[in-house]
Amino acid sequence: MSPAVEFRAVSRHFGPVKAVDAVDLTIAEGAFFAMLGPSGSGKTTCLRLISGFEQPSYGQIRIFGEDVSAVPPHLRNVNTVFQDYALFPHMNVRDNVAYGLMVKGMGRAARHAKAEAMLDLVKLDGYGGRKPAQLSGGQRQRVALARALVGEPRVLLLDEPLGALDLKLREAMQDELKSLQRRLGITFVFVTHDQGEALSMADSLAVFHNGKIAQIGTPSQIYTQPATRFVADFVGSSNLLPPALTASLGGPPKWSSLRPEALHLAQSAAPGPALTGTVQGQRYLGLGTRVTLAVQGTEIAAFLPAGTQVPPEGAPITLTFAPAALHVIDAE
Amino acid sequence: MSPAVFPSRSVASRLTTLFWRHPRLLLGLLLAPPLLWLGLVYLGALAALLLQSFYSIDDFSGLIVPELTLKTYAQLFRPSNFDVITRTLLMALSVTVASGVIAFPVAYYAARFARGRWKAAFYLGVMLPLWSSYLVKVYAWKLILAKEGIVTWAATATHTDWLLDAALSLPGIGGSSLSTSYIGTFLVFCYVWLPYMILPMQAALERVPTSMLEASADLGATAGQTFRTVTLPLALPGIIAGSIFTFSLTLGDYIIPQIIGNSASFIGMAVYQLQGTAGNVPLAAAFAVVPILIMLVYLTLARRAGAFDAL
Repeated sequence: MSPAVEFRAVSRHFGPVKAVDAVDLTIAEGAFFAMLGPSGSGKTTCLRLISGFEQPSYGQIRIFGEDVSAVPPHLRNVNTVFQDYALFPHMNVRDNVAYGLMVKGMGRAARHAKAEAMLDLVKLDGYGGRKPAQLSGGQRQRVALARALVGEPRVLLLDEPLGALDLKLREAMQDELKSLQRRLGITFVFVTHDQGEALSMADSLAVFHNGKIAQIGTPSQIYTQPATRFVADFVGSSNLLPPALTASLGGPPKWSSLRPEALHLAQSAAPGPALTGTVQGQRYLGLGTRVTLAVQGTEIAAFLPAGTQVPPEGAPITLTFAPAALHVIDAE
Repeated sequence: MSPAVFPSRSVASRLTTLFWRHPRLLLGLLLAPPLLWLGLVYLGALAALLLQSFYSIDDFSGLIVPELTLKTYAQLFRPSNFDVITRTLLMALSVTVASGVIAFPVAYYAARFARGRWKAAFYLGVMLPLWSSYLVKVYAWKLILAKEGIVTWAATATHTDWLLDAALSLPGIGGSSLSTSYIGTFLVFCYVWLPYMILPMQAALERVPTSMLEASADLGATAGQTFRTVTLPLALPGIIAGSIFTFSLTLGDYIIPQIIGNSASFIGMAVYQLQGTAGNVPLAAAFAVVPILIMLVYLTLARRAGAFDAL
């Protein structure tokens, strides 16, 4: 079985800017795949390359094994949920959802029935007659989703789908998208700059950096074994230890990463590696306290769970961790 | 004693405070002059015009009889007068359609693709003709379209004069030369009013987000379908606004048909002659009401068609 989406050494250059630079990528059918990265890292361009709104400068893109270099967007069996939803303001919700069926020539009654069924699926039954302007942000998002799904695409692309929603709604939509994907079995590819969103929703993800993929893996691989310093820093705001500090903690003289939550306040005479410094600041986060300290000129952050007696600012502090928590980064 | 919390105030500062406490006062002061101008001078003149059109003229003495009657309006339906109205209406319609067809690609390019320097070039190119006098442009066109003008010369030089002759021999709209035919009048109208069509169209197209066109293609629409079902409906308010300009400006113009064309009368010319030399102000007023009525009908139809839904 050929993968849903395949990039073979794909580049997209805009003049001197290499927005996407020699990317190889394979997305399995039925996957919930995330493209994670800061703005300008090339993730959205990759999404647009799949939908056909950008064409590769070099390389080849295959969708279900078929080379799509000569296939314009309207002939690709791929639909997109746009970041700004891009709902048609002059049509009501039902006509928006039925649009894809209408342009393919389906009759009015049939397409309206399908649109209503799709609105049911996204829990917007009864909203068909409203105009997009009369809906809330979350409702618009669902309409955009219904509109993209009604044509039964084999791949659904989502461009920062939850970016415009407030925190509560975002979390609810994350669960909903996830369960929708599992029910429909469609390949979802979604772009986000929110690492929490990517980690919690995706089966596998690619971290983009400067037009290249820094790492591809499952969320836990990316989180616990970052391949580069950039990934360690971008995903989960890890502590990056320079080679000298790594060596002093018993590792090889290379960069390493250490998760803030892997650090614990030292009990007296606890064995194993330890970091000692003075408390520079602390931030109360509800679930615990984030403490920063300086060790050999490197700022280290530790997440101490609620109930820990946190030393005050300026006081000395010693933190320990399991040796396995120190992840050595081999790549440069 | 502690220093004053609020420093002593100047008159200007007190005035600012007054406006801050009574925001409607400032709004009222700002709006009063334009409202007086629009209300009294503009609407007042319009009312006077309307009133005059219900007066009639005594055929014998040539004096205005200030009694309300529909007699003057009935005169509009005399064949000679009605011809003027249909002629003007047809001209305004064809000018509007042609301007729309010419303006759309220009406006579309400017809204979608032109950036930076090209955008500046677009604005300059569209606005530059508006900087020179309207009369100068019309007379320039008379020279361009004249029998000895550059158009005839170019047609001869490229051996396409048969095409020009064929156009001029068309019954009804042809003539001895472009500058003395309806075709010439039409060309000059299109030229002079084109900026008024391009600019609102461009503004409307600019407000259609690219993502909406992409969404349409993404859902399987061909370029033609996207144009018909998304671009056109969303740009319609701008197209209507532009067509209101070209349509009403053509309906009311009395200079272009006087200088270029076969000297057949248009509504504007009729008004000009009736209130001047003929001294028939009531009939001139009745003629002047015709474009207003036509525009009202046009706007109502446009509204019915949903042209303003996307506003």
